[in-house]
Amino acid sequence: METRELICIQCPMGCPLTVTIDGDDIRVTGNTCPRGAVYGKKEVTDPTRTVTSTVCVQGGEIPRVSVKTSADIPKGRIREVMAAIRALRVNAPVRIGQVLLPDVAGTGVDIIATKTVGEKNV
Amino acid sequence: MSAYHDLVIIGGGPAGLAAAISAREAGLTDILILERDTALGGILNQCIHNGFGLHTFKEELTGPEYADRYIRKVVELGIPYKLSTIVADISKDREILYVNPEEGAVPIRAGAVILAMGCRERPRGALGLPGYRPAGIYTAGTAQRLMNIEGKKVGKEVVILGSGDIGLIMARRMTLEGAHVQVVAELLPFSGGLKRNIVQCLDDYGIPLKLSHTVTCIHGKERVTGVTISEVGPDRRPVPGTETEYACDTLLLSCGLLPENELSKNASVPLSPVTGGPEVDDRLQTAVPGIFACGNVLHVHDLVDFVSGEAELAGRNAVEYLRGNGGSGTEIPVLAQNGVRYTVPQRVHAGVTEGTVTVRFRVGDVYKNKCLCVYAGDRNIRRIRKRILVPGEMGEVILKCEDYANLSAGQTVRVTLED
Repeated sequence: METRELICIQCPMGCPLTVTIDGDDIRVTGNTCPRGAVYGKKEVTDPTRTVTSTVCVQGGEIPRVSVKTSADIPKGRIREVMAAIRALRVNAPVRIGQVLLPDVAGTGVDIIATKTVGEKNV
Repeated sequence: MSAYHDLVIIGGGPAGLAAAISAREAGLTDILILERDTALGGILNQCIHNGFGLHTFKEELTGPEYADRYIRKVVELGIPYKLSTIVADISKDREILYVNPEEGAVPIRAGAVILAMGCRERPRGALGLPGYRPAGIYTAGTAQRLMNIEGKKVGKEVVILGSGDIGLIMARRMTLEGAHVQVVAELLPFSGGLKRNIVQCLDDYGIPLKLSHTVTCIHGKERVTGVTISEVGPDRRPVPGTETEYACDTLLLSCGLLPENELSKNASVPLSPVTGGPEVDDRLQTAVPGIFACGNVLHVHDLVDFVSGEAELAGRNAVEYLRGNGGSGTEIPVLAQNGVRYTVPQRVHAGVTEGTVTVRFRVGDVYKNKCLCVYAGDRNIRRIRKRILVPGEMGEVILKCEDYANLSAGQTVRVTLED
């Protein structure tokens, strides 16, 4: 049996949650509403995050374009995804919403541009 | 004779953009946005993290994506704007002096003005931090701009003072870019940042948050070599003997935001000593007729969604003013009492029986199981039980105009906390 201490982020209350994991039996205590129980369970079974960063743009009006994962990725894979983003180089122009790297680190999720970067005026 | 525009909007960030769109949608043709940066969008351009737009668009967007929706709309509607254009002066008669590289200094006149200049970060000089003045000390927002827009590395070993949202966001951002964020120190016994940011930006990466701690010395002459952090007592003064040294090359400051109202002062707009922004009425009009304010220049917001909503109201009301429907009715002060630190607006108009007014407020401390109460004169018109109220999250209460319509001069509306 494993116990994890979390802070619920569903509202400003920030209830301190205690989640006990006993095989498939997951119990959440410390929550003052049902949303806390759902959050606690998801955080210990399948925590996910959206990752945002920037990518180097060659020949752009600004040197970086902001990017995000097109959907949440498993929290445990953030480092791998960041390494792939850091290695990426793109050429201007970049359109907002453009896929810059499909299936990043085998997660099935794409890296997409969140900003339009035009070409540098020479 | 200087050129005239019906509506001039100072600032092309989220507030200015939303105000311009709503004014145009209300039928106004002659609008001009003045923006000092080289692009529209304001601070959103460097806020590359997600979490914007949940209220406005019912989806989670990043800052640049949220800005893009408004910028596209401004372009689609053909609303004129000038970039790289700094407003140097505004008078109470709405004469504006702007400066840019193409035109030089240009005086113009406006039928109405919307102040949408946003806010600035509290700088080191305003914090009174002891020690040397080496390189490597940045406000969190400056570091954010350097990293996210200019693609610069800011530092490797980092200490952050202040747990405002930008500091928390930068703790995660720098960690993901390979820096080591050792600690976030917060002078107050609670964080002013959103809970979500504390969990997802600090806890996720094992970055400790030390409440009731502050930086008591900065070391290093050329570049920061370290800082001393001490615990503070209830009087917020350092407790001797609690000093801990951290070796670092970078100190980020996230110690509060200040509405940027130098221009408002030039225009003789009275400011609130609590918010640092103009005092406004229920139409978001300042005490100077024809000058309106919205967004972070009015009071610092947590969520851009509320900035957009507020700015839309300012835009619509500026158009009504230009049409001569400035409104009538007796001005009634709105008082913030008993733990409520301030309200916006600070004045409402009695005598109107239709519609609602959204009153936004902040509390000065953490309160649990209190009732937010609103009184019109002696009569209780709203009573809402709140499980929790925290200084870091702006609250709002919507009032029906009919509920205070029969107040007369000398009476007040009070927003207060009760058990």
